[in-house]
Amino acid sequence: MSALTALFYVFAAMTIFAALRVITARNPVHSALYLVLTFASAAAIWMILKAEFLAIVLVLVYVGAVMVLFLFVVMMLDINMDSGGRGFWRSSVAIFVGIAVALELAAVLFLYFRGASIADAPALPADYNNTKALGALLYTEYVYPFEIAAVILLVAIVSAIALTLRRRKDVRYNDPSEAVRTRAADRLRMVSVPPVVRTAASPGAPEGDAADGEPAK
Amino acid sequence: MTLSLAHFLALAAILFALSVVGIFLNRRNVIVMLMSIELMLLAVNINFIAFSHFLGDAAGQVFVFFIMTVAAAESAIGLAILVVLFRMLDTVDAQELDSLKG
Amino acid sequence: MKTAYLLAAFAPLVGAIVAGLFGRQVGRAGAHWVTIIGVAISFAASLWTLFDVLTGNTFDGPLYTWAAFDNLSIQVGFLIDPLTATMMCVVTSVSLMVHIYTIGYMADDPGYQRFFSYISLFTFSMMMLVMANNFMQLFFGWEAVGLVSYLLIGFWYTRESAIYANLKAFLVNRVGDFGFVLGIGLVLAYFGSLDYAQVFAEAPKLADRQVNLWGMTQWSLMTVTCICLFIGAMGKSAQFPLHVWLPDSMEGPTPISALIHAATMVTAGIFMVSRMSPLFELSDTALSFVMVIGAITALFMGFLGIVQNDIKRVVAYSTLSQLGYMTVALAASAYSVAIFHLMTHAFFKALLFLGAGSVIIGMHHDQDMRNMGGLRKYMPVTWITFLVGSLALIGTPFFSGFYSKDMIIEAVRYSDIPGARFGYFAVLAGVFVTALYTFRMYFLVFHGQPRWGRVHGHGHDAAGHDDHHHGLGPGDTPHESPRVVTVPLVLLAIASVVSGALWIEPMLFGDFFADSIHVDGRHGAMATLAEHWHGWVALGTHALQTWPFWLALAGVVTAWFLYMVKPGVLAAIASAFGPIYRLLDNKYYLDRINEIVFAGGARLIGRGLWRGGDQTFIDGLIVNGSARLTAWFSGVLRLAQTGHLNTYAITMIIGVALLMLFVILPLL
Repeated sequence: MSALTALFYVFAAMTIFAALRVITARNPVHSALYLVLTFASAAAIWMILKAEFLAIVLVLVYVGAVMVLFLFVVMMLDINMDSGGRGFWRSSVAIFVGIAVALELAAVLFLYFRGASIADAPALPADYNNTKALGALLYTEYVYPFEIAAVILLVAIVSAIALTLRRRKDVRYNDPSEAVRTRAADRLRMVSVPPVVRTAASPGAPEGDAADGEPAK
Repeated sequence: MTLSLAHFLALAAILFALSVVGIFLNRRNVIVMLMSIELMLLAVNINFIAFSHFLGDAAGQVFVFFIMTVAAAESAIGLAILVVLFRMLDTVDAQELDSLKG
Repeated sequence: MKTAYLLAAFAPLVGAIVAGLFGRQVGRAGAHWVTIIGVAISFAASLWTLFDVLTGNTFDGPLYTWAAFDNLSIQVGFLIDPLTATMMCVVTSVSLMVHIYTIGYMADDPGYQRFFSYISLFTFSMMMLVMANNFMQLFFGWEAVGLVSYLLIGFWYTRESAIYANLKAFLVNRVGDFGFVLGIGLVLAYFGSLDYAQVFAEAPKLADRQVNLWGMTQWSLMTVTCICLFIGAMGKSAQFPLHVWLPDSMEGPTPISALIHAATMVTAGIFMVSRMSPLFELSDTALSFVMVIGAITALFMGFLGIVQNDIKRVVAYSTLSQLGYMTVALAASAYSVAIFHLMTHAFFKALLFLGAGSVIIGMHHDQDMRNMGGLRKYMPVTWITFLVGSLALIGTPFFSGFYSKDMIIEAVRYSDIPGARFGYFAVLAGVFVTALYTFRMYFLVFHGQPRWGRVHGHGHDAAGHDDHHHGLGPGDTPHESPRVVTVPLVLLAIASVVSGALWIEPMLFGDFFADSIHVDGRHGAMATLAEHWHGWVALGTHALQTWPFWLALAGVVTAWFLYMVKPGVLAAIASAFGPIYRLLDNKYYLDRINEIVFAGGARLIGRGLWRGGDQTFIDGLIVNGSARLTAWFSGVLRLAQTGHLNTYAITMIIGVALLMLFVILPLL
């Protein structure tokens, strides 16, 4: 067994173990941390496959950004361990479905992909630079999807903010567009009030409000 | 035995199956469900890289690039939704989300 | 194609259109002038045609092709032969008399122009019927006269009894027409053509053809066809049991009772059977059927005439009875005798109807005979002409009716088809009954003490005439009708007297009908009659030695006795024969049977179909049922919408797993 193969087995075992712990950990923080381990092991495997750029990107983006985000959220939400904890093992159905899926994939595997050994992979030139090769491809043939991907990320940012935005309810602010749109009629209203004529012989006339007539409201 | 494509594909298959089981098991916790989804995407990515290596076609890696972009965006939005949900219901139990019951 | 034929057929149509569509513009006088001129032209053309035919010019040809299919061409065409010419003259002459009479009778009716339009339209339809040279045109004329009869019976359409009557007439005619259409269909199917000439040429070849009805026994084609055609005649000529519409048709104004229900439309059936003589001669069974039906009608309708109180009803039942006589003559293969009686009957029956109409005018539209009496002093012309008509009807020697009726009786006597014995008995007994009801009517109306002005209970016969039931008050006197009414009466009276003696010999024993009527050698009644023929005078004087004369005389004497001498006996007879009287009064309960069985049955089926078919099945089961099914199904589907994230996720995963299974399994 070559070193490469042994390395592969080690990292593969780590990946699988970590994945298993992700789904079975009781504490979501533990789940998140085990997911970090999974990603790291996967990155190592990608290195074995000579995709170093993507392996680094996996660590940077996934572990560095996405998993940090996960941890932030998990810590922020004060999850009640009892209710938010893991549910019962609906063992039979879950395990059965899982095994079924695995078997199916294995069947495909062993029917069609038995032969190819790593020695059969096309040889790469000595000065092969994965990053450069990827970049060359990305900015020529796939430049349009690249731009679209940028837009998708923008949309993700905007939507994340829009979803969680809370406004302060007690803040008063000026809306300039509304201010510009007001009309005089909305602010001022002219009312005609007839003058009150005071008659001399009216002993029962009330005193205080004799001078001003009741404005017609 | 020599390392072959089959090894990598088997690994991806096992990861995929595990993530499926994870969705089944973790019905009470939406966060772990989201994590299972990430695992699924990882399994697919491993497949792509493996094939890309064995076919000598860099297109597979480009694809993984885009998958990762989208996965990151999707996690962000998913977590934002989760946060809003938690504010409303004060729980992350998926069983409580039944307003769409027909 | 001679102009006379076109004039005869279409001049009345022109009159009808002008009076009908432009009635308001031409006014009352314009309407009656244009229609009378139209019918007068038609009459003149018919007379000309008759003389032309007598010199031997017959015609059979198309005028216009209406439709043409693969092997069938439907045309409008004319067949002008002696039979046609006779009918044309009868129809147009009576129609002309009625048109003139109507000026007086309908003088103050708001629908004046409409009436003239209808009777001209009727004349046109009848002409098309008799001049037809193919079954389709015959059927067109047949239906058209039925339609116009409907329009005319319900002329006063605001009266409910009139609407009931016209619908009844139309529906009963429809039943007959159904048989008629079946007959025409059989003709088309087996003879391959609707043209008379071709059908009659084919007929002898198909004389022994059998057909299989309803998968059962074999029937002779000629028998089935002739019976089906005769069913049409039963409807149109009001034979038992399809006679029920004729008494009710008296709801229409009297002129149309004279025109349609005495002289022309009801004779269409008789004409049709005569025209189809080549076919009928080939089937003894059909002739026996015709004989029995005719005999029943002749006798039993006469009985009903005895108990009527409405003057028009008596004449209506008399018409029914005389139609039975004509039918019996047809069955005895004496087609020319039947046509001869048709002609003489047209004259004296139209005379009786118009005379009755004159009486009704005089009585201010009261038709109940119990309110009349002694009118001979006040309406002399009406009285004399009515007497002439009555004498002709009962078969007084030397009057026209005598010749035609006696010939019928003799012909039946010499006929030997099954049923002829019964027919002979019926027509002979009918002579007594005819004389009885005719002179009962005569004595009640024209003799005795005047009975108007007294309060009478309304008999059920008169119940339908409430609108016109003004009647005369105690001090009023009836007066004679205007000349437009009495002149036609006189003319018809003259015809009733002379037409018999004048034309019996050429029509029956001469060569008059030549090829238009075909008598098979096996049916020797006509031949026997010819042997015994010694001229009209001899026949008249010989009458004193025959049964019919004495029976008629007995009828007159009985009527005179019961109604003039000892009226009290009537009540005793009525109570003694109570059940029979009730049976007659209810017209043998036929109307009740129709109401309960057919009308009620149809309503029952309709209601059943409505409740069961429409409401329960279509509405409940199919329409509402499908809605309920959809609702139930959606209720079931709704269970899949749990709203739970997990369920959806799991469902998706299981679905994917299954999909993968289906894809991978075949590959294994």
